Amino acid sequence: MRVLAAMSGGVDSAVAAARAVEAGHDVTGVHLALSKNPQTYRTGARGCCTIEDSRDARRAADVIGIPFYVWDMAERFHEDVVEDFYSEYAAGRTPNPCLRCNEKIKFAAVLDRAMALGFDAVATGHYARKGEDGLLRRAVDPGKDQSYVLAVLTPAQLAHSMFPLGDTPKDQVRVEAETRGLAVARKPDSHDICFIADGDTAGFLKNRLGSATGDIVDRATGEVLGSHDGSHQFTVGQRHGLGLKRPAADGRPRYVLSITPVDNRVEVGPREALRVDRIRTGAPVWLAEERTGTFEAEIQLRAHGEVYPATVTAEDGGLTARLHRPAFGVAAGQALVVYDPDAAQGDAVLASGTIDASASSETESLEAAGV
Amino acid sequence: MAYLDHAATTPMLPQALDAYVRTAQSLGNASSLHGSGRTARRTVEEARERIAEALAAKPGEVIFTGSGTEADNLAVKGIHWSRRADGRNRVVSTAIEHHAVADAVAWLGDHEKADVTELPVDAIGRIDMDAVTALLAERAAEITVITCMWANNEVGTLQPVAEIAALAQAHGIPVHTDAIQAVGHVPVDFAASGAAALTLSGHKLGGPTGTGALLLRRDVTAVPLLHGGGQEREIRSGTLDVPGIAALAEAVVHAVRTRETESERLALLRDDLVARIRGAVPDAVYNGDPEHRLPGNAHLSFPGCEGDALLMLLDAAGVECATGSACSAGIAQPSHVLLAMGADPDDARSSLRFTLGWPTTKADVDALVAAIPEAVRRAKTAGLS
Repeated sequence: MRVLAAMSGGVDSAVAAARAVEAGHDVTGVHLALSKNPQTYRTGARGCCTIEDSRDARRAADVIGIPFYVWDMAERFHEDVVEDFYSEYAAGRTPNPCLRCNEKIKFAAVLDRAMALGFDAVATGHYARKGEDGLLRRAVDPGKDQSYVLAVLTPAQLAHSMFPLGDTPKDQVRVEAETRGLAVARKPDSHDICFIADGDTAGFLKNRLGSATGDIVDRATGEVLGSHDGSHQFTVGQRHGLGLKRPAADGRPRYVLSITPVDNRVEVGPREALRVDRIRTGAPVWLAEERTGTFEAEIQLRAHGEVYPATVTAEDGGLTARLHRPAFGVAAGQALVVYDPDAAQGDAVLASGTIDASASSETESLEAAGV
Repeated sequence: MAYLDHAATTPMLPQALDAYVRTAQSLGNASSLHGSGRTARRTVEEARERIAEALAAKPGEVIFTGSGTEADNLAVKGIHWSRRADGRNRVVSTAIEHHAVADAVAWLGDHEKADVTELPVDAIGRIDMDAVTALLAERAAEITVITCMWANNEVGTLQPVAEIAALAQAHGIPVHTDAIQAVGHVPVDFAASGAAALTLSGHKLGGPTGTGALLLRRDVTAVPLLHGGGQEREIRSGTLDVPGIAALAEAVVHAVRTRETESERLALLRDDLVARIRGAVPDAVYNGDPEHRLPGNAHLSFPGCEGDALLMLLDAAGVECATGSACSAGIAQPSHVLLAMGADPDDARSSLRFTLGWPTTKADVDALVAAIPEAVRRAKTAGLS
């Protein structure tokens, strides 16, 4: 197969490209330039897409012995990922930009372009497995599993994707990179959001969305506890950075319970108030055969997050999950990913949907929680 | 493999390579006073005389540099610095200069508070002479230096350097010309051009990379960029690269001596290339001046295709070409030359440059013509994403 290896300049995608070559494919390395004005150097584990990352990718391609190009995806990335990030926060939701990038850029714009140019598949350094049955499954390394951020792929996209690292623990990938003479073997993993180079998400949002003073309100009593300068700086479940002077009456920590951009209001309360056991999503993407009605499954609500057994109902253009064990701090805008548990081959992704609303059966109905 | 990117760099001519290897084996700093030094100095001075003769300059006008970029910077900044005075602080450039000139000029504007005027070009990339006349009528007294390339590196259009120099001369304004793409490819007569300074580069004409020269008239001074031993007329410092200079001279002399027959051969090959591409891809657009252009340059736009995608597909098919000037991050920007010529950004991104050189044969053109239809078909499907 003619394979396009997306190379970020990190160790994972470099080893993935090398493995694709070894598997007998005709591989071309491509670094995606996602920023119009890339920083020259990266600082520690933060960000990516610097000119230095592009060089690291190029050097890895040299060592592997494959042609290498840079594709300018900055405009698309800005429109589909960065703008979405802003508008989601502005709407009081918490987006996952890596997931959006996979959905709109890596396995959409890049894959489409690759197919048009004569490639058969795109290979990435994501940790996930593709089963013989064509299903997307969790990686062998549970600490690195990235099936959650890939769950937005359609079956057609998945059919043209390769994840050569899914069967290998991360530490072995580093050892392999070292053995292969790849200079990126010891490069730190990237964390945080790649387009926020200094890691200051609140500052990044404030720059664009501005600041406006609003109230921080105790949900139970309605008492105004303090103020903030922009509701978009908060995430449901957040505990730190509230800047409240007085402790709660019972001395326990307070958490962000809800964000209402319309009146710039942030409600806080005790951890129990974050408890939810019912979650509803928007229209799902089915990666496995579409199911209807009600079935038992496992769900995951954030990248590298906890897994919950749940009864899932597919209806009305959305999924509803009834959790058998409550979750705390579920933010709208994150993805709900439905897995079919399988200890032997790795849990298989059935579907994913963006979380619209969540509620606790003890205190309120899902309908009352609103969508 | 068909290499059609000779404007980026061209292989060293055998005689230049011989001269390099031979000279690199002998000892001597051209500034030393003993026998070895004198031998090295003799090599340098013979090279200087040969280059001067080939380009109708005087030996004393040849200043060796470490690259074309250095010579361009030395001319633009050095002449501006030496001539700036109260009321005279304007650098005049064109909209289509190579980055070695354009960025030096921009730097003078940004960091040295120079006023900058960029001369516009027409749709085939030729300097607008009316703009030159108007500018001189209005602002001649403000101008320190005018810089205008001899031939454009992207679209190949030849520029009216002598006409501009003649107009500037009336006002005593020195004209620098970046002739890197021109020397050895079209007739270059330094004395007749009226230019005060002219840049050439070794690796574009069969000499070594890392060699260049500025021809600088004796009555023009340039403030040095590099300070040190003052080896070259106190204008350029640095131990002279004797083998590089010997090889550069060999290449210049050979390229100029064979220019007439070689440029005729290349122009025929180029015209054949263009005709056959247009036959295979009827909507391809030939850019630049169809007549007054570099003999080995073919610059074409392929509507609906991205130049980057075409380059990759041709590369995979064993045909090497360029989309324009390479960029440090590898991110393709629409060419400033095509934008200056009035192309819209999509058209500017859809172009390829094929440049022919001394090793180019019909087989290279055949390989390109065989590969281009499929590359265009695929690139069109991918579109301007």
